[in-house]
This record gives sequence, C-alpha cells and structure tokens, in this order.
Amino acid sequence: MPSIEASEATAPRVTLSSLDTLWFQVAGTVCNLACTHCFISCSPTNRTHEFLSLEAILPYLEEAATLGVKELYFTGGEPFLNPEMESILEQALQVGPVTVLTNGLLLDPERCRRLNQLADQGDYSLDFRVSLDGYAPETNDPIRGEGTFDRILQGVSNLVEAGLNPVITVTEVYEDNGSVSGKERFFGLLRDLGVAKPRLKMLPVFQIGAEAERSGAYDSWQRLRDRDTLDEGWGHLQCSSCRMVTDQGVWVCPILVNEPRGKMGQTLSDTLEPFPLEHPACWTCHVYGVSCKT
Amino acid sequence: MSAAENNKLTAHRGKATWGERLVPLERFREETAVAGRRLSEAARLVEQGNFLRRERGATPVEGPYSRVVVFGGVYNNHLALEAVLDAAHKHGAEAVYCLGDLGGFGPSPEKVWPLLLEGDVRTLQGNYEESLASGREDCNCGYTDPRDNHFATLSYRYTSEHCSSDFKRWMGGLPLQRRIRVGQRELLLVHGSPRQINEFLFHSTSPISFLEVLLDQESCDGLLCTHTGLQWHRRLPSGRDVVNVGVIGRPANDGQPGVWYAMLEDRDGDLGVELLRLEYDHTTLALEMQQQNLPQEFIDTIRHGWWTTCLEILPARERARSRY
Ligand code: SF4
Ligand code: SF4
Ligand SMILES: [Fe+2]
Repeated sequence: MPSIEASEATAPRVTLSSLDTLWFQVAGTVCNLACTHCFISCSPTNRTHEFLSLEAILPYLEEAATLGVKELYFTGGEPFLNPEMESILEQALQVGPVTVLTNGLLLDPERCRRLNQLADQGDYSLDFRVSLDGYAPETNDPIRGEGTFDRILQGVSNLVEAGLNPVITVTEVYEDNGSVSGKERFFGLLRDLGVAKPRLKMLPVFQIGAEAERSGAYDSWQRLRDRDTLDEGWGHLQCSSCRMVTDQGVWVCPILVNEPRGKMGQTLSDTLEPFPLEHPACWTCHVYGVSCKT
Repeated sequence: MSAAENNKLTAHRGKATWGERLVPLERFREETAVAGRRLSEAARLVEQGNFLRRERGATPVEGPYSRVVVFGGVYNNHLALEAVLDAAHKHGAEAVYCLGDLGGFGPSPEKVWPLLLEGDVRTLQGNYEESLASGREDCNCGYTDPRDNHFATLSYRYTSEHCSSDFKRWMGGLPLQRRIRVGQRELLLVHGSPRQINEFLFHSTSPISFLEVLLDQESCDGLLCTHTGLQWHRRLPSGRDVVNVGVIGRPANDGQPGVWYAMLEDRDGDLGVELLRLEYDHTTLALEMQQQNLPQEFIDTIRHGWWTTCLEILPARERARSRY
C-alpha cells in the first residue's frame, strides 16, 4: 500500500476557481439510518461531526456572500434531526438558492406544509433531494434499512401533497439502477405514486466509509497522479468550485469530511488555496465526473 | 445477519477513514483541531482579494448606442427571427444582437442564416454553434431521462444534417463575448455566463451576491445572457443590471405561443430594460415542423407554449410553474 505522504507529493492540485457551491454538514454525521453504503458512515451514534447551530452558520453565510456563492446545500446525516433546521433554511434562503439532501423519514405532512411556505417566499429556489436505492423494498431495504422503502415513499408523497417536488437521488449500488430500463422503472415508480413531474438523479458510489466494507476499498492504483492532469484542467471536479462547512471547520468537499487532511481551515477565506487530489475518492470523482447539478 | 457480519458492517463507526485506514475518533478530533490554515484577519482579506480578482477581457466596446434590441435562442425559428427584426426596426434600434443558439428544435436550419446576415445581426456563439462547428456527434446535454436524451439527440442530428459546412464554419468564427455601450453603461454580452458558454443563469438560482461578484470580476455595468430559455431581469443593489433576454425560438414555458426578447435604452444616463413579448406566425411554423417530420412534442410546445421535453434543467421554482 503506498503511503499517503508519497501520494501527496505526486498528486495534482486543484484550484478553487470560484465558490459556486457551499455545503453545510448541518446534522453532522448523525443520522436516523445507518445505510451500508454511506460514504461518511453516518448513524444515530456517530458523533464525528456534531450538529451545526444557526449561530455557527450565520457568519459562514455572510462570508460566502462576499465570495460570490451561487448555491447552498444542506446535508448530514439527516438534516431534519437538527432542531434548528427550519430557521437555518429561512436564513440561508436570504443569501441564495438552497438544496436539502434528506432521507425522507422525518417529512411529516405538517413539516412539508411549512417547507412549502418557505419555498414560496423570496426570490430563490428551495429544493429537496430524497435518497432511494432501489425501486422495491427487496433492493432498497438491505441497504437503507428494514421498512425504509415504504417510509421514504411516504415522505415523498407528503412533500408532493404539500406542493413540493423533490429530486429522487439514486446511487448506483446496483448496476441496473443507472441503466435506461432502471431509470425508467424509477420514473414509473414515481408516477405511480402520483408525482406528475418526476425528477431523478443518479450518483456513483464512493468506496470509503461504510461502503469500503460493503464492496471492498480502493486498490492502490486507483489514485490520481500528476500525469493524469487533463488539458481542460480539473474544472469538472466539485472541489474546483465548492467547500464544506462542519462544526469543526471548513473542508475541501463533502466527500472527505472524515479525513483530517480534508480540512482546510476555520473560515472560508482560509481555504481559498489549491488542494492536492491525493485521496482515492478523488479517483472516483475524476473517473465518474461527479457533480452536484440536478 | 450474523453477529460477525454485523460487526464487520459497523467496524468503521466512530472512526475516520483516511485511505484504507480506520482511525479512532479521538485521534481524528486531535488531528482536525490542528489541521488546515488559520489566517490572520489581514491575510484573509489579501486571500479574498486575490480570489476575487480576474483579468478583464480585451474585447473592444461597440457603440455607444441609445437603443438596442437583444435576443437569444433562435432554434431554427426563422419566422420569429423575421418578426424580431421587424420589431427592432419599429423600435428604431441602432443595433441588433443575438446571443447564440441558432439551431435545434425548429425546421430548416439554413433559413436563419441569410436573415442574420441581411439584418446585420451581431451574433455570439452559443453552445449549439460550438458543438456544430466542432463536429460533435450530439449536443452533449447528458440528460438523466432517456426520453430527454432521445429528443435532444434527434433535434441536434436534424440541425446538423441540414446545415451546410459553410454555415457551420461561419458559426465557428463567431465571438464568445461582446461588449457594448448603451448610454453611459458598458454591458457584457455572453451566451450562458461570462465563465462558461453552457452555464445556466435562472432567476431563482442566480443570487444577488453571486451576480455582484461576477460583474465586479468582469468590470462591466451590466450583463446580458440567454441559454436557459427563460427571460428575467434583476437590478442589483449596486445599480447594475443582469438580464436574461430569453429566447425567440420557442415559448417561455408559460402557456402562451409568443416568445421573448429585450430592448435596452439610455434613459438620461440610466439603463432602461424592457422584456417584450413577440407574437409571430407560430401556426405556419408548426406546419413547417410537421412537414419536416419533427417530433409532435416540439410542435405542441410551439402551439401551446408549454415545454414538453428536457425539463430537468429547471430549478425547483421554475419547474413548479411548469405544466409538465
Ligand atoms: S446515506 Fe444518508 S440516510 Fe443513509 S446513513 Fe448516510 S446520511 Fe443517513
Ligand atoms: S473527493 Fe472529489 S471533490 Fe473531494 S477533493 Fe477529491 S476530487 Fe475533489
Ligand atoms: Fe444554449
């Protein structure tokens, strides 16, 4: 196994060309689920990162506006475990469009109504992404947990009922998920649920955290080296235009938050310098072209 | 699940995972506490300054004008193009600008070329021209929905096959940006955004502070763009304007067959911005599209004003207003 130090020396560096996307790990690593493929190993007891308070978030929103941020993303863990979540959303929507990544389990009808009110106010979009990993309990539940398929669909229905239309995000844990017929089955599932305008996004799988144990970690050749640098640069990677805020500071991207070396500083302005793409997950980003666009 | 298997699946809990190593949580916290930079207040300001600074492009400034008409997204719609040129004439516009995307969607791509030339339309290159001129196989939209990809590919192929190589070469020579002066204001004209030909600037996802920084970096007093298909205008707190001029090639997903363009004029040193609806002979266009065997879904959009395909580009707010 090559040492991390050696790969840092040979790794290409990616420049932050603009701060388009700012992520907040608003629920830390705390989740009401413990999915087997969760790349940051979230669970009810994982306190690697704690909740972000509204008070902690406000200065970051202000600094992000100075730096010309374009969109704000909230993730966890499960964001709605954070008791301040709705006030946080209200403040964030003053600064720009917001997307919340949720597992859909805490979306009761009452909350959905309030969220829809928030979505209707102001100038900017409020969008939701709900994770689902199979188009039936037989495929989804072994990954996300017993009984979750039905509960996720209930959450989606509640959102739709309230007038919101979430993007369903599907990881390619099963090869079939991303195929043409696989996508059509997901669209079909949503239409059957009464979603008139179904929205879907496919995501690749990161072989770190829990996923490393489910499917095996990376091989040592799965690293980026200097010579991999492309003519068009690294603009396709999230880290060329994003940063991630957790209760412990600012990290290069949402993927490397369980890595001490993924942390770049305490404020956003501390983190404007280039970052070495030394981690094997960077290899996945590069090869699969992960982006956060809907 | 056996206890051993369960244990294997949860072994990482409370651990950090750099590479293949699992690190205990306390060590993770100790290491992160000292990781990363901690700049002084002064150093932060310097970093911010460097980060925000950009080289201004050397594009010459055209004008000054007192009134111009600007539109985007022709999408082969030669009838709307004729109508907008008429309108520009009636407004007494001193110059007419097109922000790109000449092809796709509509019938008979070659028809718009002579109109652009004769009308002295100053045209920018859109992502469609870029793809056609570089001979790409498809429009590279990469939609999630297979149905969207089907339609996108279909209209791209149609346009590509019906464009002469002369027309494509001309497209390849079009500039990516222009600067014009309207009264006192220097305006930057782009297709998607100043940074990227195919960046979407929608109203609900282009926040004020983002636009202010963008205009600072380009050192201009206003920005005109298209590419999304939906028109909007935002006056920034700094007094500068950002206008997505919309498209004349297809309706703005609002249930009306009319399309949109922009008129900009000098009003005693202030910039007047008007987004105007353009009526044109959409019935004839729909018939032409039928004769060219273009998809019924596209024809429906021309007739009824609602988008029927490729809706996934829309942000939540814009999608909520959409019929499909
Ligand atoms: S994948 Fe999402 S829902 Fe599942 S444990 Fe991780 S954070 Fe929670
Ligand atoms: S994991 Fe991906 S986004 Fe994060 S630093 Fe590596 S390449 Fe960039
Ligand atoms: Fe375009």
